[in-house]
Amino acid sequence: MLNRLTDSLDFQAQALSLRSERQRLIASNIANADTPGYVAREMNFAQALKEATGAGQPAAKLTASAPGHIPVGTGSSGGSFSTLMYASPSQTNLDRNTVDMDRERASFADNTVKYEATLRFIGANVKTTLSAITGQ
Amino acid sequence: MSMMNIFNVSGSAASAQSQRLNVVASNLANADTVAGPDGQAYKARQVTFQTELMGANRNDPTAAGVKVSTISEDQTAGRRVHDPKHPSADADGYVTYSNVNAVEEMVNMISASRSYQNNIEVMNTAKSLLLKTLQLGS
Repeated sequence: MLNRLTDSLDFQAQALSLRSERQRLIASNIANADTPGYVAREMNFAQALKEATGAGQPAAKLTASAPGHIPVGTGSSGGSFSTLMYASPSQTNLDRNTVDMDRERASFADNTVKYEATLRFIGANVKTTLSAITGQ
Repeated sequence: MSMMNIFNVSGSAASAQSQRLNVVASNLANADTVAGPDGQAYKARQVTFQTELMGANRNDPTAAGVKVSTISEDQTAGRRVHDPKHPSADADGYVTYSNVNAVEEMVNMISASRSYQNNIEVMNTAKSLLLKTLQLGS
């Protein structure tokens, strides 16, 4: 019974944690806008959310099968990096840096708004549950 | 709290950009210096950035900060001007100035200041998002 109350909250919590991870990813891209040779990363959000909520098949994962293999890292929220992709550069750069500042700024603003939206969803969900509990 | 790392990432970038701005300032300040008694004029300096992973997990590519890896000196020859009356003129009457290109330095300065502003804005946004998260449920 309580499961059903908190199921939608769980989903939004996963989405919020992924949003904050994407925010950090875009912040890293913006921070490295002048670093020679830096390759911009982008997150496949739909795939990441599917994996985090267990709704979809996880993408092909790397496994360390021999002692010499580099261990496969996992994100701070437990998600894997398999949803991270390399952003394709729209213009080539002399120092092989592929950060497109316009796109990163747009993604950053987009992610900010969607993070706030998720926050409001959670807030409204809590409020609904509370008013159902108090019954007034 | 993965968003707390944004302050580390953007903070490292802002500090690297301010170091770049510092180097530009010393280059511009020395744009007109002449060779000293050792015959060596000031050489323009330039910073090189390098990515530094700074997440709790060292392999985490989503927390990529910046650090200044090297400060290199421009080895091109300095500007030589024929001015026999100058106290620092050599035997042929030439004075060697520093090899700073003021136009290049101004462009560098604008680029550094814009990147700095970008990172500050990222930090401001992250801060307001975190504050809103703290108010969740109230």
